[in-house]
Amino acid sequence: MKFAVIAFPGSNCDRDMYRAVANVLGADADLLWYETANLDNYDAILLPGGFSYGDYLRTGAIAATSNVMQQVKKHAAKGKPVLGVCNGFQILTESELLPGALLRNKNLSFMCHQEVLTVKNNQTMFTTAYNEGETIQLPIAHGEGNYYCDEATLQELIEHKQIVFTYQNNPNGSIENIAGIVNREGNVLGMMPHPERAVEQLLGSADGLRLFQSLIHNWRETYVANA
Amino acid sequence: MKKVKVHITLKEGVLDPQGKAIQQSLHALGYEEVEEARVGKMIELQVEEGPHIEARIKEMCDKLLANPVIENYQVTLEEAVQS
Repeated sequence: MKFAVIAFPGSNCDRDMYRAVANVLGADADLLWYETANLDNYDAILLPGGFSYGDYLRTGAIAATSNVMQQVKKHAAKGKPVLGVCNGFQILTESELLPGALLRNKNLSFMCHQEVLTVKNNQTMFTTAYNEGETIQLPIAHGEGNYYCDEATLQELIEHKQIVFTYQNNPNGSIENIAGIVNREGNVLGMMPHPERAVEQLLGSADGLRLFQSLIHNWRETYVANA
Repeated sequence: MKKVKVHITLKEGVLDPQGKAIQQSLHALGYEEVEEARVGKMIELQVEEGPHIEARIKEMCDKLLANPVIENYQVTLEEAVQS
């Protein structure tokens, strides 16, 4: 399974993301610059956190117009996994790969600390290594992580079990305490907390590791076992 | 050439913590009569005239300038003053 980590101008978690999959998990991964990236030979796309284009206009809005995001859309349409973390999540909503939008934190502050999350859905390709209802610890680091969608969209998210992670103590005012959601098909996950920053106990938590392990495990089950 | 102004505002019901902070500061300055403050933005474009200018500007707003999930927008067109 081959991972692509896409760096935009202003991304700053690209190396953490690369390190999590390449060094800690020992997976095949490349760090790609958005302008020259060709995603044809990759199985999973990772959109890292940061401040792409200085958060100009709206967070993620400018990156969403890039050619590489057109490729990501095609990749997602084939049912292949896409993970967006933090600014990556913002790019996914701006690209309409995920519903809703990320607003300024309710308290207007940039927040950077560990949060307790609940795994609401462990039946996605990203979360099978967790138990349903399990609480895990992941760091957050954002100023605009306040997830918002209209009531009809929220009902759809609930009905189709698209809410994957929720905050136990909502730090940013997000609707329904949402920390991460998947698309209806279940192959595009966006989340504000950083699993790539929690892959070794030395970092304060290793709870993020199982997200990447789930992805690799489920990809093998689907593509290698049937090959 | 047309001067296009796009006024972008947050939809009703979308929380505006920045507006709330402004309202509180106005109260602190003694302007107790301010019942609400909401922050938007204005984008000015200089656009060459063409047969579909209005439709194309609407497209620009829907595709990039505004996020229809959280924002409304209003467009005004005026003759650009040539400098």
